[in-house]
Amino acid sequence: MWQALYEELKPRGFVVITVALDRSAEDARPWIEKAAPTHPALIDPRHTLADLYNMVNVPTVVWVDERGRIVRPNDVAFGTDTFRHITGLESARPLAALRAWVHGETAGVPPARARALQTLPTARDQQARAEFGLAEWLARRGRSEAAERHFVRAGELAPHDFTIRRGSMPIRGLDPMGPKFREMRDAWVGAGHPYYRPLPDDHG
Amino acid sequence: MVTIIDAGREVEVPARLEGERVLLSPEALRDALGWEVHDGTLCNDAMCVPLPEGSSLAAGGPLDLTEVAAVLDRPLALDPAESAAFLGAAAGERAAALASLQAPDFTLPDLAGRPHTLAEHRGKKVLLVAWASW
Repeated sequence: MWQALYEELKPRGFVVITVALDRSAEDARPWIEKAAPTHPALIDPRHTLADLYNMVNVPTVVWVDERGRIVRPNDVAFGTDTFRHITGLESARPLAALRAWVHGETAGVPPARARALQTLPTARDQQARAEFGLAEWLARRGRSEAAERHFVRAGELAPHDFTIRRGSMPIRGLDPMGPKFREMRDAWVGAGHPYYRPLPDDHG
Repeated sequence: MVTIIDAGREVEVPARLEGERVLLSPEALRDALGWEVHDGTLCNDAMCVPLPEGSSLAAGGPLDLTEVAAVLDRPLALDPAESAAFLGAAAGERAAALASLQAPDFTLPDLAGRPHTLAEHRGKKVLLVAWASW
């Protein structure tokens, strides 16, 4: 889907960059090969992008203009409605907004509003990312038990961060679509927190 | 030896473990992480950070890595049993960068291992999409 959008809007000076927050290129490979993208499709096992942009779940999209400015901060957007029955989020409206921006009909979100819509990382969030970083490093060296301590600590520090809590599941031998995940999500949602955090609808 | 992962860079540091503390000589800290204590400040080639009143880092003995991280306002994840530590990015630095609305640049590989940056697309509108197979 992102590939089709890229091909459609490429003549307008537009590019899509996808980044897989997966434990390895091998986990992401089947999906990327199926999509056969001609845009950059990158792999980020250490969650560099999540750290830089304070991303806490996937999918997360950011609009960046010609000058490298963020003109729409972290938002949830699906390229298709395949998972709509699960997520409750439709793809059409965000895609229409994206097309309007690329066609120059809108300028994106004004800076003051963009800042108001951003969630900035706290010291606790960054401590969680450091714990995740250490855990990921230990896991790559086969130190699973030690890694587990730090994955758990990371999740306790940042219970809202599913790039950590769900994203670590494949590394820890847990099924990220399975009962453990559903239990985690249901507990989070049951406590009154959103699993996805789309921006409010009033922005271009 | 203790392995410190500093901003993604892995360094082996001669250090002593004391319970939850990693103690480094001033030389080890300088060689491994580029920081030195000078007259009540902690400095690298780019900047100096003042030490808080009564900081043990000013006492002239071995330097506690946890205190170094605290002075730099950086998160430190530590596993003494594995002799490993991970120095993360300061929340203040990340927050300031995002609030500036200048999109943070990155270098990441594609499936073929070829590196790509965000900056190389300057002049185009970019849709950055984070996704995962999970």
